[in-house]
Amino acid sequence: MSGRGGSWSFIVAAALTVFLLDVVVFAQAKSFEDVRCKCICPPYRNITGHIYNRNVSQKDCNCLHVVEPMPVPGHDVEAYCLLCECKYEERSSNTIKVTIIIYLSVVGALLLYMLFLLLVDPLIRKHDPYTQPLHNEEDSEEMRPQVDSSQARGNTVLERVEGAQQRWKKQVQEQRKTVFDRHKMLS
Amino acid sequence: MEAGEGKTPLYQANVARGVFGSCSVLFDNVSSLSGVSSATPTEEMNGAGNLMDFLDEPFPDVGTYEDFHTIDWLREKSRDTDRHRKITSKSKESIWELIKSLLDAWSGWVVMLLIGLLSGTLAGVIDLAVDWMTDLKEGVCLSAFWYSHEQCCWTSNETTFDDRDKCPQWQKWAELMTGHAEGAGAYVLNYFLYILWALLFSFLAVSLVRVFAPYACGSGIPEIKTILSGFIIRGYLGKWTLLIKTVTLVLAVSSGLSLGKEGPLVHVACCCGNLFCSLFSKYSKNEGKRREVLSAAAAAGVSVAFGAPIGGVLFSLEEVSYYFPLKTLWRSFFAALVAAFTLRSINPFGNSRLVLFYVEYHTPWYMAELVPFILLGVFGGLWGTLFIRANIAWCRRRKTTQLGKYPVLEVIAITGITAVLAYPNPYTRRSTSELISELFNDCGALESSQLCDYINNPNMSRPVDDIPDRPAGPGVYNALWQLALALVFKIVITIFTFGMKIPSGLFIPSMAVGAIAGRIVGIAVEQMAYHHHDWIIFKNWCRPGADCVTPGLYAMVGAAACLGGVTRMTVSLVVIMFELTGGLEYIVPLMAAAVTSKWVADAFGKEGIYESHIQLNGYPYLDVRDEFTHRTLATDVMRPRRNDPPLAVLTQDTTTVEDVETLIKDTDYNGFPVVVSRESERLIGFVQRRDLTLAIKNARQKQDGVVSSSVVYFTEDAPQLPASNPQPLKLRRILNLSPFTVTDHTPMETVVDIFRKLGLRQCLVTRSGRLLGIITKKDVLRHMAQMMNQDPESIMFN
Repeated sequence: MSGRGGSWSFIVAAALTVFLLDVVVFAQAKSFEDVRCKCICPPYRNITGHIYNRNVSQKDCNCLHVVEPMPVPGHDVEAYCLLCECKYEERSSNTIKVTIIIYLSVVGALLLYMLFLLLVDPLIRKHDPYTQPLHNEEDSEEMRPQVDSSQARGNTVLERVEGAQQRWKKQVQEQRKTVFDRHKMLS
Repeated sequence: MEAGEGKTPLYQANVARGVFGSCSVLFDNVSSLSGVSSATPTEEMNGAGNLMDFLDEPFPDVGTYEDFHTIDWLREKSRDTDRHRKITSKSKESIWELIKSLLDAWSGWVVMLLIGLLSGTLAGVIDLAVDWMTDLKEGVCLSAFWYSHEQCCWTSNETTFDDRDKCPQWQKWAELMTGHAEGAGAYVLNYFLYILWALLFSFLAVSLVRVFAPYACGSGIPEIKTILSGFIIRGYLGKWTLLIKTVTLVLAVSSGLSLGKEGPLVHVACCCGNLFCSLFSKYSKNEGKRREVLSAAAAAGVSVAFGAPIGGVLFSLEEVSYYFPLKTLWRSFFAALVAAFTLRSINPFGNSRLVLFYVEYHTPWYMAELVPFILLGVFGGLWGTLFIRANIAWCRRRKTTQLGKYPVLEVIAITGITAVLAYPNPYTRRSTSELISELFNDCGALESSQLCDYINNPNMSRPVDDIPDRPAGPGVYNALWQLALALVFKIVITIFTFGMKIPSGLFIPSMAVGAIAGRIVGIAVEQMAYHHHDWIIFKNWCRPGADCVTPGLYAMVGAAACLGGVTRMTVSLVVIMFELTGGLEYIVPLMAAAVTSKWVADAFGKEGIYESHIQLNGYPYLDVRDEFTHRTLATDVMRPRRNDPPLAVLTQDTTTVEDVETLIKDTDYNGFPVVVSRESERLIGFVQRRDLTLAIKNARQKQDGVVSSSVVYFTEDAPQLPASNPQPLKLRRILNLSPFTVTDHTPMETVVDIFRKLGLRQCLVTRSGRLLGIITKKDVLRHMAQMMNQDPESIMFN
């Protein structure tokens, strides 16, 4: 628990940072491309329908300010504008950018790790005596706490990470057996 | 025993029950999760009765449960009461203790705040990523690759009234590769790439699930229901599950499969809840308290999934939770609020709403329309029955036959079929949320979709929101048969999709089925009303030139009915739909449809989809809603049965360590009753197998003089033995002195009720003080299955 706990609280912190980053980004940036006033005007008499898209403040977001040039003569403006629907919208392009890039990097990292686990790891493991006792060990209740404590007490950081990784792998293997092989759960 | 002894008689019961608990809280094994949890120092036991036990080293892990075991709610509750009492009494000692007690009291709200923040953020990330990846199947934004189609054309001035979503920055793949946007070649190339992307996404999803977190697959709600009812599934709410479920959910939804993100979001929120529980020892050490937090987290999950905070709280109350005290209600409320607020501040859809298919209309409805609404309710109930039966049959097939051996291949095959069939039909090609959004929307003058291709009266100019009924144009008829095909397709493919080994929810597909059916009915009623003003039913409420039928409302009612048919929700469903639309006037139609669909569906089978999946997997879930009406007695259910060997018991002062070890080795029971002696068989308590194992192991390691022939004492004081005898082992503190007992003639109806309401794990059966047998939760579940003519062996876990 202890070795993993440290690394995971780090990840929680990272997630919260993302959140804060998003908040900051959202608060600070209302760049010119992040607000729009969009007016949709349907066909009227012989004028075809048209979409107007302008960057104006919320209080100016109405047909009179946005529809330019006005396609109808002065006395018809009111009737024409009644038909138009204007909507003021905001977005945060930075949030989108940051989120998509973070998401892609997480997926990329997971893929790399997956490839590592599936391809490279078995090659290294073959010659590693360290993992041998782990394989033929039964998963009995008496053994588990022992394994935990002995591995969590690794001296160097590397050993601890190694131990945590081994334990995690065993858990996933167990889960895989339950879900995919025995079909005990989630079927 | 305790310093507080004798204060009030009410205390006594708790003290007795908490004997076990009061000890186990002490062993605050140092965890480096954070500074918070290790701040609680090892406390001392007060009172004189335990002087002997002082010498024993406290050992960790006592009072925890093993994987796939059931918790004892009573024990958890009394442990918490005990812990609370200790903190209160200590808080009077110093300022620091007072501050600590205040922090403890606040920690529940802090956890809620954190859950709300994290689940809101994750929901925002999921929404944004799904939006982008769904559009990635069709094309890419040249000005900035991270924009979805809509965002790409957001500021564009080149959009025209007829081609609203075209802009030069957004290019379809064929256009980008060959330069031609139109033509058969471009269509085929786009089609091909659409399938390829879909296959890639779903392959990534299923392999990530398989390699990193197998528990991340499925919807998660059946398992969460089981966990909340007091079952332990280690790793189900773990951090890897959280990470993988979030990542693969995006991939699964954007691959175009017929699934939604709502159910998995509940699972994600519960994982957040579990994550933050581990920061506070109050929640991480007590499974009962942890479940209170998880109930609230489920509310936060629905809150962000539908943008319906109140609906989320009610969903947690009606559908998922098992134990839901008022305190949890308020906390859920707060968590749902924070989550919704967080999602709102991320504003993933750019419309200041929390969901894509938010609609707002205020046209009235008429009494006569209740008839089609009720018909939609009937449809919803039938769909629910069909879906549950077919899906369970398919899942059983997956569970028992060769099919289950190829999970990756299955996902790939279903994705391929979905993509091939979905692309030609514009209503299935786009994401299901967008489809629902379009079906819910009312046709204004400005709508460009095919569904709104009505024949307009050219000399009429009216303000935007008040458009009378119009005859349908060719576009509408075109849309109708496309929708009918989409309906059949969705109905069939959803049955095969739900339950595959990727994160998959069924709210959205169910709603889509209902919305399509509802919209078709709505248009039919509308056209009927337009063409037959003189019919008696239309005469009163639909004059020519009036706007009397809103097809979008039918779509909404249909969606509610279908969702209700599948999940059997009522109150929470109506509230969720109401929060989606923001119109109070539609409550009655929604209620009518929800109730009808529940009646119709219940007529064919009592269980909703989640209960059916619980039953299929044999989870030990004791449903509060089932009624038990058979006239059996406790003695019929208890073990040992008539011809079985006698009950494995321990005696209070004659068993040796070796005997106990043999007993543990030879049997696989999870607990042993302790009696005065084998002759009298008078019960004194109950001891859990796990605690016994840990205690003996610990004593053997750390306590000198404990050997195989040492006698185990469960009594208050061990007698003074001559020095030649091996040192005795005192185990009174792991003994539960107040096990729940019933007499052998108690009707099972009562026993089932006790198990349900108190959340017991086991119950001992006595006759005039003599121990006769034991009833465990598993026995109760098996008995119930037997009484309902099901296979009792289907209850897998104990």
